[in-house]
Amino acid sequence: MNRENEKKSFERLLNREGVQSLIASFICIILGLLVGYIVLLCINPAGAGKAIASILKNFMYFPRPAVALEYFGSTLAKTAPLLMCTLSILFAYKVGLFNIGASGQYAVGAGLSLYLALAFQMPWFVCLAAAVVGGGILGGIAGALKAYLNVNEVIAGIMLNWISLYSVNMLLTKVKESSTTYTGALRTNSPGALLPSMGLSSLFSGNRYVTIAIPLSVLIAVWVWVVMEKTKLGYELKATGLNKNAAKYAGMKEKRNMILTMVISGCLSGMGAAFLYLSGIEQWSCAQTAVPAMGFNGIAAAFLGMLHPIGGIFSAYFIQHITSGGSYIDKMIYCSQISDLISAIIIYFCSFVLFFKVCMKRQLRKKKGGQ
Amino acid sequence: MALLLQYTLIYASVLLLVALGGCFSEHSGVINLGLEGIMVMGALGGALVMKSMADLPALLMIVAVVFGSVLFGVVYSLLLAVAAIHLKADQTLVGTAMNLLGTAAATVFVKALNMAEDASNVSSSIQYIEQKKAFSLLKIGNFELSWFMVLAVALLVISHVVLYHTKFGLRLMACGEHPQAADSVGINVYKMRYAGVLISGMLGGIGGIVYITAGVSEWKFENGVAGFGFLALAVMIFGQWKPGLIAMAAVLFGLFRALSNVYSGFDVLAALPLPSTLYNMFPYMISLLVLAVFSGNSRAPKAEGIPYDKGKR
Repeated sequence: MNRENEKKSFERLLNREGVQSLIASFICIILGLLVGYIVLLCINPAGAGKAIASILKNFMYFPRPAVALEYFGSTLAKTAPLLMCTLSILFAYKVGLFNIGASGQYAVGAGLSLYLALAFQMPWFVCLAAAVVGGGILGGIAGALKAYLNVNEVIAGIMLNWISLYSVNMLLTKVKESSTTYTGALRTNSPGALLPSMGLSSLFSGNRYVTIAIPLSVLIAVWVWVVMEKTKLGYELKATGLNKNAAKYAGMKEKRNMILTMVISGCLSGMGAAFLYLSGIEQWSCAQTAVPAMGFNGIAAAFLGMLHPIGGIFSAYFIQHITSGGSYIDKMIYCSQISDLISAIIIYFCSFVLFFKVCMKRQLRKKKGGQ
Repeated sequence: MALLLQYTLIYASVLLLVALGGCFSEHSGVINLGLEGIMVMGALGGALVMKSMADLPALLMIVAVVFGSVLFGVVYSLLLAVAAIHLKADQTLVGTAMNLLGTAAATVFVKALNMAEDASNVSSSIQYIEQKKAFSLLKIGNFELSWFMVLAVALLVISHVVLYHTKFGLRLMACGEHPQAADSVGINVYKMRYAGVLISGMLGGIGGIVYITAGVSEWKFENGVAGFGFLALAVMIFGQWKPGLIAMAAVLFGLFRALSNVYSGFDVLAALPLPSTLYNMFPYMISLLVLAVFSGNSRAPKAEGIPYDKGKR
C-alpha cells in the first residue's frame, strides 16, 4: 500500500513541468559531456577520463581549501557577467526575439566603461552606467530595425557585433598600454573605477576580484523574473512575443514593446561587460579579432536554464565552471577549447529539449493507459 | 586595380556559393543560420585534403579538395537537417549551436592533429602554400583567375536551372511556400527539406574552402570565418532569394570586402585620414544598410522556419 503511494507521488512529480525541465537539462549536460568524452577518447584515450574530471573539478583541482576557495571566487567573478548575458538572451527570447547581438552589446559595454575609467578616471558607478546605456542603445538599434524595417534580428545582431567589435578596438587603442595590445590595468591606472568589494573578497581568501557584481547579478536575475511574471509590462512584452498582431489588436504598442525589450536586453549585456572588466580580472585586448565569447556562452546558459531567470543562475554557473575548468586540463595532450566544444554540444542538445519533453510525456501517458 | 578586381571576384564567389546554399535551404522551408559553421567545416575538409595529399597533380587536387569540402559540409549539415526536420527543433538555436560547434570542433581537431605531429606545435593553423597554386587558372599581370571563380559561375547557372526549370526545383520551392499543399499532391516534404539542407551544406562547404584560400596561404581555425556565413545570408535577402539577383548582390558585397584588403594600394583612399579598421567594418555596415532598405517587402519563402507537421492544417 505504502509503496504504491510512493510510486504514485513519484509519477505526479514527473508530471510537473518544472521537474521535466530539470530532467531535460540534465540530459543535455550528460549528452554534452558524453560526446566531449568521446572526442577526448578519439584524440588520446590515455588521458580522457582525467581531462573530463579536471573540467568538472575546476577549482577543486587545488588540494588546499584556502587556494581552492580563492579560485572558486574567480569562477564566481566570471559567472556574474555570464549571468547578465544569460538574462539578456532569455529576456529577449521570452518576447520572441533572439538577441544574438548580446556579444556586441557586451563589447560596447566593455569599451565605454574601460574608456571612461582609463581616459577620464571616472568612478565605478559612472563607468557602469555608461556600459548599461551603451549596450541599451545598441540593443535598441537592433530592436528598431526589427520593429520598423522588418530586419531579421539575428542577422542584424551579427552585423552589429562585428561593427561594435571593431569600433571598440579603435576606441580602446587610445588607452592601451604602450608595450602590449591590452588596455591598462585598472588597479594601477584608475583604482576608483574598480567595483567595490564590500568585504566580500575576505570570504574568498582575499580574492580581490570578488566584488558586489556577484550578489548584484543574482538580484537582477530575481528582478527579471519579477518583471516577466508579476508585472503588467512583462505580460505585455510576452503577449507581443506570442503574437504581435494580437497584441496590437488588444491595444498594446507592439513596436514600442519590441524596441523596449531589445533595449533592456542590451542594458543587461552591457552591464555584464562592466561587471567583468571593472572587477579588474581581465584586460581588453585591442588586437582581438573575435567577438567576445561571453554573449554566445550566454545562449548556452539561457537555454540550459530552461529560459528561467532562476534556472539561469545555476546554468550560468555551470557553463562558467566547465569553461574555467578547461584551463586545468593537461595542455600537453589536449587544448583548452575542449570546454568550448562541450558547451557548444550542450547548446545543440538544448534545442531538442522540447523533443525530450514530448517523449517523456508520451512515456508517462503510456504508463497511465496501461494501469 | 587588378588586385581589387581579383579580390572582389574571389570574395564574390564565396558569398555567391554560400548564399546559393542558403537559398536552397530556405526555398525548401528550413532557415539555415548554421552556414557559418558549415563553412568552417567545409574549409576544414578541404584543408585536410590539401595537407594529407600534398603532391597530387593540379587538376586532381582541385577535384579532391572540392570533394573534401563537400563531404564535410554535407555531413555537418545533417546536424541541422535531423534537428530541424525530424525533431522539430528551433532552427535559430540549432543554427547558432552549429556555428559555435563548427569553430570549436575544428579548433580542437586541428590542434590535436598538430600536436600529434609535433608536441610543441599548439597552433590551430594549417598551411597550404604549395597546394594553393593548383587553384590558379591563368595569370594576367597581377590578376589571377582562380578555378573557384569558374566553379562559382558554373554552380550559379546550375542552381538557376535546377530551381526554375526542373521538377525537383519547383517541388522544392513548393515545400517552402506551402508544405501542406505540396504534401497533398504527393510530394514528400521531409525528403525535399533534407535535399534542400544537404545542398546548402554542399555549397556552404565549397564556399568555406574558397574563403580560406582567397587571400592567405595558411588558416587559423580558431578564427572561424568572421561572420561570412551571415554576410552571405544578407546577400541572399538582398538578392530576394533568386540566384541571378544573388549573384549581383554578391559582387557588390565582394567589392566592399575586397576594399579592406587592398585599399592601401589606391593613392586616393590611402590619403584619406581613415583608420584601417574602418575598412574592416565596411561590409558589415553596408549589409546592415542594405537589410534595412530591402527587408520591408521581403520575398521570403512563406513557410520557412516552421517545422512541418503532417497532422497540422
